[in-house]
Amino acid sequence: MLFSIYGLISASFFMSMDAVDVAFTEAAVGAGVSPLLMLATLASVGRYQKKPTDPEIPKVALLLVIITGILLIIGTLDMPAFGAADAPAHQHVAPRYIKESPEEIGIPNMVTSVLASYRAYDTLGEVVVIFTAGIGVLSLLNFRRRRRNIHLIDDIIAIDEHKILRIVSKILIPPILIFGLYVQFHGDFGPGGGFQAGVIFAAAIILYVLFFGVKYAHQVVNQTFVRVFSAIGVLLYGSVGVVSLLNGKNFLDYHVLAENPTTAQHIGILVIELGVGITVACVMILIFFSFIENIEKVIQELRK
Amino acid sequence: MILDLFNYWVVIALMMIGFFIVIARGNLVKKIIGLNIFQTSVFIFYISAGKVNGGTAPIVVEGAKLYSNPLPHVLILTAIVVGIATTALALSLVIRIKANYGSVEESVILKQDKL
Amino acid sequence: MISHLPILQVIIPLLGAPACLLLNRPNLAWLFSILVSVLTLITSIALLMQVQAQGTISYMLGGWEAPWGIEYRIDFINAFVLVIVSALGAITLIAAKDGISKEIAEPKQPLFYVSFLLCLAGLLGITATGDAFNIFVFLEISSLATYTLIAMGDDRRALWSSYQYLIVGTIGATFILIGIGLMYMMTGTLNIHDLAERLPAVTASNAVLASYAFILVGVALKLALFPLHFWLPNAYTYAPNIVTVFLAGTATKVAIYLLIRFNFDVYEISAPQFKYMINMVFITLGIMAVIIASWTAIYQTNIKRMLAYSSVAQIGYMILGFGLDSVSGLQASLLHLFNHALMKGGLFIALTAVALKLGKVELDDLNGLAKKMPWTFAAFVIGGLSLIGVPLTVGFVSKWYLVVAAAEQQQWYIIGFVLLGSLLAVIYIWRVVEAAWFKPPKELQNAAGNVTATTSREAPVLILIPLWILILANIYFGIDTRFPVSISQQAAQLLFGGA
Repeated sequence: MLFSIYGLISASFFMSMDAVDVAFTEAAVGAGVSPLLMLATLASVGRYQKKPTDPEIPKVALLLVIITGILLIIGTLDMPAFGAADAPAHQHVAPRYIKESPEEIGIPNMVTSVLASYRAYDTLGEVVVIFTAGIGVLSLLNFRRRRRNIHLIDDIIAIDEHKILRIVSKILIPPILIFGLYVQFHGDFGPGGGFQAGVIFAAAIILYVLFFGVKYAHQVVNQTFVRVFSAIGVLLYGSVGVVSLLNGKNFLDYHVLAENPTTAQHIGILVIELGVGITVACVMILIFFSFIENIEKVIQELRK
Repeated sequence: MILDLFNYWVVIALMMIGFFIVIARGNLVKKIIGLNIFQTSVFIFYISAGKVNGGTAPIVVEGAKLYSNPLPHVLILTAIVVGIATTALALSLVIRIKANYGSVEESVILKQDKL
Repeated sequence: MISHLPILQVIIPLLGAPACLLLNRPNLAWLFSILVSVLTLITSIALLMQVQAQGTISYMLGGWEAPWGIEYRIDFINAFVLVIVSALGAITLIAAKDGISKEIAEPKQPLFYVSFLLCLAGLLGITATGDAFNIFVFLEISSLATYTLIAMGDDRRALWSSYQYLIVGTIGATFILIGIGLMYMMTGTLNIHDLAERLPAVTASNAVLASYAFILVGVALKLALFPLHFWLPNAYTYAPNIVTVFLAGTATKVAIYLLIRFNFDVYEISAPQFKYMINMVFITLGIMAVIIASWTAIYQTNIKRMLAYSSVAQIGYMILGFGLDSVSGLQASLLHLFNHALMKGGLFIALTAVALKLGKVELDDLNGLAKKMPWTFAAFVIGGLSLIGVPLTVGFVSKWYLVVAAAEQQQWYIIGFVLLGSLLAVIYIWRVVEAAWFKPPKELQNAAGNVTATTSREAPVLILIPLWILILANIYFGIDTRFPVSISQQAAQLLFGGA
C-alpha cells in the first residue's frame, strides 16, 4: 500500500516538474505494476519479521551511504541552479528538439519525437529489456506448460461472489481497453505512447483475472499466445529498421517509408509504438500469470 | 544560492535512504524495495535537471514560449521501464529462493549453504 | 550492405533472440543461435578489417546526425573487443549443446538460447555504441540476461548468486546512470565523442569529478575489481558451466572496455596530482587483486571457484596496466584482455567437459581422470601454462608487455608482484594437474561411486573441437604475436594520441 502511494507521490512530483509523460508512466508503473508484483510476491513468500542479525553491517552500510551522499552533495555544489534556463543541459542538444522537432517530425509532443525518432534506438533497447525480463521470469517461474491445474485461486475468487464488483468490472473493462488504444495512438499529441498503452491493456486483463478467475482469462489469452506476441512486438519494431536498411538508408531511418518526410515519420512512429505496446502488454500479462501460478503452487502446498 | 540546489539535496537524501536499505537490510524483499527507491530518486534527479523555470510541459501549445527540456524525460521513460523489468526479475528470483530455502532472510540463507 | 556493418553487428543477435523464441524447440533453437552467432562473428571480423582500412567508422542511427541521434562509433579499441566477444559467443554456443541438455530442463532450453543471444547482443551493444545513455540501456539488457542465465544453474545456490549479482549489478548500473546524468547536466550532451570534446571546459568542477567517481565505482562493481569482486566467485561457480565460459570470456572484458573508454577517452583529468592519485589507486588495487585473489584460489577445492578467483586476479593485471598510464601499459592491458579470453574460455570449456562426466568439479574427484580424458586434460595443461605465463603461450606475451611497461617507468616492485602472481598461479594450476595426471583413479577405491564416468571415456566431439580451437589459439598467438600486438598498439596509441 505504502509502496503504491510512494509511486503516486513520485508521479505527482514528476508532474510538478512538467514531465507529463514520465508522470503518466510512473503512475502506471510505480503505483500500479510494481506494487502489484510486490503483493503477489508477498502472497507467495509470506511476511517474515525477523530482526536483522549482525548489528555490525548497518554501521558499515551507514558509513558507505554517508560517504556517497557527501560526494554527491559536493558534486552538486557548483551545479547550475534548479530550474535555471541557461544551464548547460538546456544549451547544446536539447534546443534542436524543442525548436525543430515540430517541423522535422511533425508532431507536437516533443517527448514522443525524441523517444520514437531521434533516439528510437534507445527505445528498441528498452523494449528488448522488457522482453528479456519476460524471458527471465518465464524461465524462473514457469516449469509447466499445462495450466489446467490452476483451480484453487479460481475457487477462492468464486467463493466470494463479488456480484457488484463483477458487474462494475464488466462495465469498466471495455472502456479501459479503449482508453489503452487511445493512449496508444494518441501519443503523438498528448502524453502517452506504446509503453503506457501496453501497461493499461495488461491492467484490463489483470482486472479480468481478479474478478473472473484465471480459467476464463486463459480462454482469451493463453501462454503460447502471449509468448509468441511478445516476440512479435520486438520483431515488428526491428522490422522497421530492417526496412530502412534494405532501402539503403541507416537503421531506423523512417524517411524510406513515404515520400513526404513528416508522413514517413508518422508511419514509422506509429508502427514502432505498436511494437512497443504489443510487447509490453504481453510481457506484463506473462509476468502476472507466472506470479499467479506460483501463488497457486504455494496454496497447494499449504493445503497438503 | 543554497536554496537553488535544495531540490537536488532532497533527492540525494532520498537516494541515500534507498541505498541504505539495499545494503543494510537482510530481508530480500525489502532490499528490492530499497533498490526501487534508489532508482526512483535517480529518476527525480534527472527530471529536476530538465526543469526550466517558467517553462511548460514539452508539448507544443499556442502561446507557450519556454518548454522544459524533453531529453531527460525521454531518458527517464526508458529508465523506468528498465527499473520495472529489473524489479520483476528480482521478485521472481525471491520467490524461487523462498521455495528452495524456505526463507527470504539473508542470514538464514547464508547459514544454510555456508556461502 | 558494407556500410551498415556497425549496426548489423548488434541487431543480428538482438533480433535473432525473439526469432529464436518463436522456434521453441531445443535443437532448432541451438542451431539457429549458432547461425546467428557465426554471422555476428563474420560481421565483427569484417568490421575490424574495415576499421583497419579506413579508420574510425561512425554510423548514425535513424539518419539523425551525432549529438541529436544515437551514434555508433567503431574504432580500433571496440572493433577489437567486438571480435573477442563475438568469437567467444560463437565458440561457446557450439560447445553448449551437451552441457545444456544435461543441466537445464527441456522446456527451458529454448529460453536459455534466447537469453544467451540477448546477453551477447547487450554486450556487443555496450561496446559498439557511442552514446552514454545507450550504454546504460544495453548494459541492462546484458545484465538481465546474465541474471537469468546464472539462475538456470541446477544448484539452488545459483538462485542466491543470481540475486546477489542482481543487487550488485543494479547498484552499479544506477551509479553509472547518476554519473551519466551529472555529465549531461554539465555539458548538455550524451554523445561520448562530443562529451570528450566538451568536458575539458568544465573539468575542474566538482560535478564532473563526482560523475567520474560514480562511473568508476559503477563500472568497477560490474567488472569485479578488487575489493568489489565478492559476487563473482559465487556467480561463476553456480552458473551453468557453459554460461561460466561465456561470462568469464566476455562480461568482464566489456566492463574493462568501458573503463578504458571512460578513463582515457572521455575524462581528461588535468590536475596532475589527482591523476597521480588515481593511477596509484589503480596500481594498488591491481596488485592486491593479483596477490590476494591468487592466494585465495590456492585454497579452493571447487575448481570452478578456483578459476573464478583466478579471473579476479587476471583483472588485477589489466588494472595494473591502466595504472601505468602509458601507451605500453595500456597495450599490455588490451593484450591481456584478448589473451585472458582465450585461456579462461579454454579452461572453463575443459571444466564443462569434466562436469559433463562427473556432474561436479571438486578437486578430489579428478584423481586419475586424465587417463580417461587425455584430450581434455592435455588442453587443460596448455591452458594452465598460458595462465601462468610460460613462453610460447599467449599468457607470456601479455605479461612480458606488462613487465616491459613497468620497467619503462622503473617501477620495479610491480615486476616483482607480477612474478609472485605467476608463482601463485603455478601452485593452483599444479594442484589440478597433479590430481588429474598423477594420482590414482578414484574409481578403484569406490567402484560403485561413479557409473557415468566409466561408461564413456572422452568428452563429446562438440566440446573438444571448440576447446582445442581456443587452446591452439593460445599457442598460435603466443608464437605469432603480430595480430593482437599490432591491433592493441594501434588502439592504445589512438587513446593517447586522441587525448
